[in-house]
Amino acid sequence: MSYPRNRFSALLAGLLLAAFTPMVRAEVAVGKTFPDLAAYALEGTLPERAGRVVLVDFWATWCGPCKTSFPFYSALQTELAPRGFTIVAVSVDQKAAPYSEFVKRLAPSFQTVRDGAQKLVAETRPPGMPTCYLLDRHGVLRLVHTGFHGEADAKLLRTEILKLLDEKP
Amino acid sequence: MKPRALLPALVLVCALAGGCTSAQLTRVQPWERAALADYTMRPDRDPLQTAMAEHIYFSREAASGGRGVGGSGCGCN
Repeated sequence: MSYPRNRFSALLAGLLLAAFTPMVRAEVAVGKTFPDLAAYALEGTLPERAGRVVLVDFWATWCGPCKTSFPFYSALQTELAPRGFTIVAVSVDQKAAPYSEFVKRLAPSFQTVRDGAQKLVAETRPPGMPTCYLLDRHGVLRLVHTGFHGEADAKLLRTEILKLLDEKP
Repeated sequence: MKPRALLPALVLVCALAGGCTSAQLTRVQPWERAALADYTMRPDRDPLQTAMAEHIYFSREAASGGRGVGGSGCGCN
């Protein structure tokens, strides 16, 4: 095989590889540090998170299971906040009005913020709505949970949160 | 045809095909489904149309029920 033909084959192989390799960005992985929420210009006030077990919940007003999860998260926040637990509910709604109306109506006991530009969510890439990310006291991601379908999910999340709260700081 | 003559065509094909494999183009991301979850996307949003469709289905298939799915298109309900 001559030199030019070799070069052509290599170029062709490179082009084909580049063309058919899907551009998939890395998702946030368990065991890694979760992105700093303060770096994403979220609408709303972020609660104090240093040294606390934090549950970051991605939700939207148009998502049925997200609505179902709010009363559970409210009760959980009220119960476990004194032990060092904080929920940050990040809305991915691009429109502000439905978000404000929803939060006003449900009046959750935890802090909600809005990622209107969808920068944080695009970086985190949750596999579904809702998805919650449970972080330990050092900000390391320990659990990713997608969907909320009632009692079974509530029990699982509660168990995992209690485990992290019981860990030595 | 000489390999060199094929090169521009191959570059074009690869550029176009590459666009098809992009994760951004091939699926709507879960957080981008607000429009799909809208009430207007529900197949049963119009009761009259639903009743007529049910009637046609029953007349044609001699069967009723079992049509459609719950919720709209957000994939989360």
